[in-house]
Amino acid sequence: MTRIVELRQGILKKNDELARGLRGRYGAAGVLVLNLVSSPGTGKTAFLERTLRDLKARGERVAALVGDLETDNDARRLAASGAPVRQINTHGICHLDAEMIDRHLTGWEGVELAGLDYLFIENVGNLVCPSSYDLGEGIRVALLSVTEGEDKPLKYPTLFNSADAAVITKMDIAEPCDFDHELALRNINEIRPGIRIFETSAKTGAGMEEWLAYLEEERGKKRS
Amino acid sequence: MHELSIVASVVDSVTESLEAYPGAKVLEVRLRVGALASVVVDSLEFCWGIATEDTPLQGSKLVVKTIPVVMHCAQCDADVELESLQSFRCPRCDEPCSDLRQGRELEIDSIEIDDETGSEQAGVEQTGVKA
Repeated sequence: MTRIVELRQGILKKNDELARGLRGRYGAAGVLVLNLVSSPGTGKTAFLERTLRDLKARGERVAALVGDLETDNDARRLAASGAPVRQINTHGICHLDAEMIDRHLTGWEGVELAGLDYLFIENVGNLVCPSSYDLGEGIRVALLSVTEGEDKPLKYPTLFNSADAAVITKMDIAEPCDFDHELALRNINEIRPGIRIFETSAKTGAGMEEWLAYLEEERGKKRS
Repeated sequence: MHELSIVASVVDSVTESLEAYPGAKVLEVRLRVGALASVVVDSLEFCWGIATEDTPLQGSKLVVKTIPVVMHCAQCDADVELESLQSFRCPRCDEPCSDLRQGRELEIDSIEIDDETGSEQAGVEQTGVKA
């Protein structure tokens, strides 16, 4: 006999349940968690290095989890900031998921969520798959560099539409790249109307002041 | 290319739900996939045969229903369907919209099974969690 059984359940139910648990833990600990997503080569690591260093200089307690298919090169680079950093190697998987975050938060020597102000998660360089996986983050940041072309948001609308903030990186080389700043802003706004956009350079520090002020503001919202 | 992991999750969930129907054969699995779900339907179908091999879902058909993006337009005070993903503006008044109401779904809607050993009572049954 043939019958239809209604299941009506999320395919990523397990990830979503874990992410909900993580979000609860972040909230209880009062830590603002950011998930950084971009293509490979956008400069997530350089941007994060600068952010960690600048936040530490302000006395903020920061830590980072960094995802890559292989190597711990990024973790070593980021650790130079003095912040605790843990590498997640996905061994071929193109995104981070909530289970990986949960597993790497457990037994992270010297790091307690309650002892942090900010936790950054640098996702695997990929503009497609990470958008499906909730990591329990408070803010999802989509990054775009001036070398990538102003139409990146139009090409990857699913990711840019799910972002809470957008960061344009490598502004110091915008001119030689003929970067059309107005067009880039327009395209981001076309896909995610009203999103906060930061134009930054990790090298010169341009735009960092505004970015750090935004972080502080968002963290204040979490605490209130 | 995370479609194989997505399909593997579907196989796990469906296999789990079959515990209530021992011996049942799965004929069809119906998914609802939002246009903003970052999932390529062709890739899901491509992975289906491989992922279902040697599972109770082997030989079943995958049916994917694409769910369009619906935004709430504050200006029109109405839910409007987007015509493309290139512009998140109300198709009626051209105002930018950021209030997403539909389009990120990634769900197993239902399965069709051949349940020889089951009860004689035919029809639609509901299990699991409501979306």
